Amino acid sequence: MIFFASIMLMASMTLMLIRLLRGPELYDRVLAVNSFGTKTVLFLCVFAFLIGRPDAVDIAILYALMNFISTIAILKFFRYRALDIALSRMNRNRGAGS
Amino acid sequence: MSELLHYLEIARHILASLSLLGGGFFVVAGAIGVLRMPDFYTRVHAAGVTDTLGAVLVLFGLILLSGFTLLSAKLALVGVFLLLTSPTATHAVTNAAHIAGLKPRLGTYRTAPPPEEDNTKGPIA
Amino acid sequence: MGYAVSLSLAMAALWLVLSGHYDSTLLLSIGAGASVFSVFLAWRLHILDEETSPYHKVWRLFLYWPWLWWEVIKTNITIVRTILSPDMVLTPRMVRVKELPRTDMARIIFANSITLTPGTVSVDLDDDEIIVHAVLKEMTNKNDFAAMGARCAKAWGEKGSLS
Repeated sequence: MIFFASIMLMASMTLMLIRLLRGPELYDRVLAVNSFGTKTVLFLCVFAFLIGRPDAVDIAILYALMNFISTIAILKFFRYRALDIALSRMNRNRGAGS
Repeated sequence: MSELLHYLEIARHILASLSLLGGGFFVVAGAIGVLRMPDFYTRVHAAGVTDTLGAVLVLFGLILLSGFTLLSAKLALVGVFLLLTSPTATHAVTNAAHIAGLKPRLGTYRTAPPPEEDNTKGPIA
Repeated sequence: MGYAVSLSLAMAALWLVLSGHYDSTLLLSIGAGASVFSVFLAWRLHILDEETSPYHKVWRLFLYWPWLWWEVIKTNITIVRTILSPDMVLTPRMVRVKELPRTDMARIIFANSITLTPGTVSVDLDDDEIIVHAVLKEMTNKNDFAAMGARCAKAWGEKGSLS
């Protein structure tokens, strides 16, 4: 049963990779990476049972936290590196205020 | 007495298997949804299926398999971290897309749209 | 003081679960020192308040948890049925939710609950409204959002009704 679950998780990871390669927007890709990370955490937990080494669960905990931080970091980088987006929002707000 | 314990053991394994299979089903369904949905804002919802029920069912099945040990406490910790971080990450992605001006596709969507419908209404109903 | 003690105990419990060594005095004392030091850092950051260690409110949050899970399971089944049906019909909507809890933390719990239930995602959080994107128009019922907001306010221990 653990084997079936790992096969299903790997299949869904493959589907997520297809969305990562096809995703028309940047945000589709970020979403695909984040979801891929969640599935990786689950797969690591299942994998620990599959090979009978519970140490992999520690790696899964670490990966869950790193996945979250990396998603936030990617979003922040793309938000503030693309200066025209931030400036256009600032202009819009100023125009609405005056 | 030992008979009863034996049956409980069998029930535990059956429940764990069902939970693992159900979790795998929800994870695959969420992945299919991310592929099938028409635009970014709707794909977020499909990814949410994987993040909540799929993850929790898989982890619950593994906790049942491992019994009352330190390993199951660690698995529960993984579940708590996933449940705390996934809505925040989802909100961060959608909020970034919204602020960057990505327009959601509103109105009605069908996989095989019979008549052409007007999807160019205002962004917020 | 209660905040510091409860947060230290929580950190120590986390350390014990993650470490798994209970027989070495050196490792146990390092763990105790680390948990006290992390609480000291939180105190230096001025974030040691009822939002970081809500020890006197945690039982209300645990009471809120089962109701939220029942909602999550129901909406999950609806969304999966929509995804797997061969003729997928979506009616995406953007709505503004105006009836919010008063305190910041209850609002955060509310927005996170909206995001956690599949089918609704909180897109933007302002001072007086939450913009929500829903994938099916049945999920944009005003009364459902108001009920969930009231439950979140109750889970954080707010007295009285909504703002």
